[in-house]
Amino acid sequence: MEKHAGYMKGLKCRECGREYPLTANHVCEFDFGPLEVVYDYERIKQSLTRAAIQSRPGTMWRFRELLPVAGDPTVGLEVGGTPLIKADRLARRLGIRELWIKNDAVNYPTLSFKDRVVSVALSRARELGFTTVACASTGNLANSVAANAAAAGLTAYVFIPSDLEQSKVVNSLIYGGNVVAIKGHYDEVNRLCAEIAGKYPWAFVNVNMRPYYAEGSKSMGLEIVEQLGWRVPRNTVVCMASGSLLTKIHKSYQEAMKLGLAPETKHRIHGAQATGCSPISTAQKAGLEFFKPVKPNTIAKSLAIGTPADGFYALKVMKETGGVAEDVSDEQIREGIKLLAECEGIFAETAGGVTVGVARKLIASGAIPSDDSAVLCITGNGLKTLDAVIGHSGRAREIKPSLREFEALLEAEARTAAHA
Amino acid sequence: MPVKVRIPTPLRKLTHDEEIVHVSASTVGGAIAELQSRYPGIKERLTDEAGSVRRFVNVYVNEEDIRFLQNQETALKDGDEISIIPAIAGG
Repeated sequence: MEKHAGYMKGLKCRECGREYPLTANHVCEFDFGPLEVVYDYERIKQSLTRAAIQSRPGTMWRFRELLPVAGDPTVGLEVGGTPLIKADRLARRLGIRELWIKNDAVNYPTLSFKDRVVSVALSRARELGFTTVACASTGNLANSVAANAAAAGLTAYVFIPSDLEQSKVVNSLIYGGNVVAIKGHYDEVNRLCAEIAGKYPWAFVNVNMRPYYAEGSKSMGLEIVEQLGWRVPRNTVVCMASGSLLTKIHKSYQEAMKLGLAPETKHRIHGAQATGCSPISTAQKAGLEFFKPVKPNTIAKSLAIGTPADGFYALKVMKETGGVAEDVSDEQIREGIKLLAECEGIFAETAGGVTVGVARKLIASGAIPSDDSAVLCITGNGLKTLDAVIGHSGRAREIKPSLREFEALLEAEARTAAHA
Repeated sequence: MPVKVRIPTPLRKLTHDEEIVHVSASTVGGAIAELQSRYPGIKERLTDEAGSVRRFVNVYVNEEDIRFLQNQETALKDGDEISIIPAIAGG
């Protein structure tokens, strides 16, 4: 093991507890359980105080002790620090007392929460001596790996399903890295990448770098806690693809409480999926401990993972916190996107439509009480999934550059409104 | 022509660094048993106490997840390929 490990102690299997050195390794060789970073919380507690955090720049790295890099980060120094919006208009529409939106649709540089995980993974990959980085992606991760690798001067290979939204493909290609489209769905891309990762000496951010990568998501939860005035929200709604983000938001709340940054609070974490790919929510609703894999068919392509690697742990977190999972149809996803846009001026991608749609359902059913408060985690930008809403968001009305025509248009509209 | 099994990195210590192993079993369960007889200890890595495939292990026959086929009862024929792959995080 390297001598200088920062605040990390080692890697540990989540299933059997066997310990491993801090290398590029994600899986326990005994039972294939996922490896997780173990920290020295006693040491962290001494330096990570509210005052210390508030004195640092407003990026995700203000929580640096809880992010698994040994030295100073070298990739993605400006990532994070996204707004937490008090969403009063949406709260009224959904019928809840207090509602907040954590808006990673404007995360830097590639407009999704993936910049958080990638900056950690690439900083750590560099520490471990890698010069080529790679990923299996449903789109956002590919964008982020391509961009951050370009900025860091690393070689990138990103692997995506061939049926992705055009804007997500272009958003990976533009940075000049290697983009490989696989004829198959994400689970097949994943399987291939696992095989490639076994053969090539690359840092696959979500394969051999996964223990470090996944921890980056905690920064989203830690920012929420700080932005709420150092408190853990009573309800958090998180979309689920592999289920990793949901488990890491939970972990970040636990760490914030354990380190004394926020008081102990009873909090529930709710999971959101698209009905067309809902292995985790289906299992949660049926009270099962493990999900059944599915073949995805949904417009929420960034969530289209039929064999969710962290599905088991996401189910566990929901069970432990009293959270509920729900799923929404493609039509409800589009309605969710429109609701968020019309009420709060935020254009989220399809995954955000899933989160809003599910929150709406959970509030309507009373699973989240109407006199309670909730935070919705919005993870990506609507400009990346235009394909899903084109033809469903109305059309611009075209006129000649004439005041007469404009006034005729207003009159026609007034008549239509009167008849409606 | 027998069935080809791709051995993932975490199990290669058991197969003396062999990446590809050939078996002649007629089902996935039979293939696991045959691997066990040749590389003692490999079965407990792949299956739990009840004999089910461990929850973080994905097994594929010709690129299809055996959970979409007949799990360990999935029939094998000459020339088939089995891949054993750990679960991967999201993207």
